Amino acid sequence: MQVLLSAEQLSNCINDLAVQLNKSHSNLNNVVFVGIQQGGVLLANRITAVLQKLNSTQKVHNGQLDITFYRDDIRKEILTPDTMNLPFDIENKTVVLIDDVLFTGRTIKAALDVLLDYGRPAKVELCVLIDRKEHRQFPIQADYVAKTIQTNRTEKVKLIKEEVVLITQ
Amino acid sequence: MQLSTRHLLGIKNLTKEDISLILSTAEQFKEVLQRPVKKVPSLRDVTIVNLFYESSTRTRFSFELAEKRLSADVINFSTSGSSVSKGETLLDTVNNILSMKVNMVVLRHSASGAPHFLANHIPAAIINAGDGINEHPTQALLDAFTIKEKLGNLNGVKVAIIGDIMHSRVSMSNIYLLTKMGAKVTVCGPPTLIPKYIREAFGVEVNYNLKETLDWCDVANVLRIQLERQDQVLFSSLREYNLAYGVSKNLLDSLKKEIIVMHPGPVNRGVELDSDVMDSKQSVILQQVENGVAVRMAVLYLLSNRTN
Repeated sequence: MQVLLSAEQLSNCINDLAVQLNKSHSNLNNVVFVGIQQGGVLLANRITAVLQKLNSTQKVHNGQLDITFYRDDIRKEILTPDTMNLPFDIENKTVVLIDDVLFTGRTIKAALDVLLDYGRPAKVELCVLIDRKEHRQFPIQADYVAKTIQTNRTEKVKLIKEEVVLITQ
Repeated sequence: MQLSTRHLLGIKNLTKEDISLILSTAEQFKEVLQRPVKKVPSLRDVTIVNLFYESSTRTRFSFELAEKRLSADVINFSTSGSSVSKGETLLDTVNNILSMKVNMVVLRHSASGAPHFLANHIPAAIINAGDGINEHPTQALLDAFTIKEKLGNLNGVKVAIIGDIMHSRVSMSNIYLLTKMGAKVTVCGPPTLIPKYIREAFGVEVNYNLKETLDWCDVANVLRIQLERQDQVLFSSLREYNLAYGVSKNLLDSLKKEIIVMHPGPVNRGVELDSDVMDSKQSVILQQVENGVAVRMAVLYLLSNRTN
């Protein structure tokens, strides 16, 4: 197991992402932030906390999205679902999907399917901490990326508590 | 986490972990049912047959809705208007249906053990939707889900099951489930409708006095008097039954605390439950029906990868 981002580096990345998001969304009333279970939720909680500090007058909306029922590999294994919580209307809003790692793009495709069952957002953006660009299987790109890394297909990249680690099998 | 079983034949052969897994998965499906689009694509490659050899309204609609909200393909079968009236056996009927590439079978049958028999002879996943006087597992699961939703947990909750215990598959499944999950159960009803050794066999208390039982419990699960399964006179009249064991509003108001009233339906109004109790805010009968869809979605979802 190799540490890709230490706790301190992770904090810096989160701050950078929050600053970028803040710059490109002047009116946060029409924006909702949605973390994808489970790593994306941890990340979204931290990013929205920074955003809230930067914008004390506006409420930053933060929700959690679970893709278990929408997975395209559901017949391989039945997984236990995580909590889904979107305590706001997404109709005509800008939705910023937040995930820890962008890999094949299949999770994001499923997350878009989930979102559309809740309404019709005006725009959907994607914010990720780590981009494993060369392994994409779907035509999906992130709008905000903290770090792009080169990995092998079989390796795993995970946000665990305060660090991002690379696991080689 | 996975269920320890390929079929849902009864609560009897489920583990405590299985029950917890079904109930927690059902919570997520309940959220799905609040969305603008109340449907997920999980079972879009699965075909399910609902085989109802016995009449049903709630259970059949509830299963069908659960299947459709999981995007499964559904075929419905009831004995009237089918080849069963021409003498086809259960196994032949099911094998013919399975040859049309059906993955899961939801079966209701008047013979106790019919789903267990099918499970031994066919490759599809079997879900028991009520077999004779044996079990009705999804009813017990949705009852437990409703109690948990109202009271927070099952462990230590005092549940009274009132009425026709003898002929009730709902009571059997409820007793198995509640005792496994640490709830305390008392059965109450006329001695002729309570099996003699139920205390020794199932670890439940017996009380023939309705008022005492209601004073003790947090939840009263009132059962239907099943006239269709009684082939001898077990109480003198419905009116007398109502006087001794009918739950009335006056009786509820005289208790020390506010209890929750449940009923698996269909209700004989004015026999086991008075109309004003059914329509009172202590009654959660319609919530039970609503939760039934989420619980059945959880069961179908969790068994759906065990179909080959």
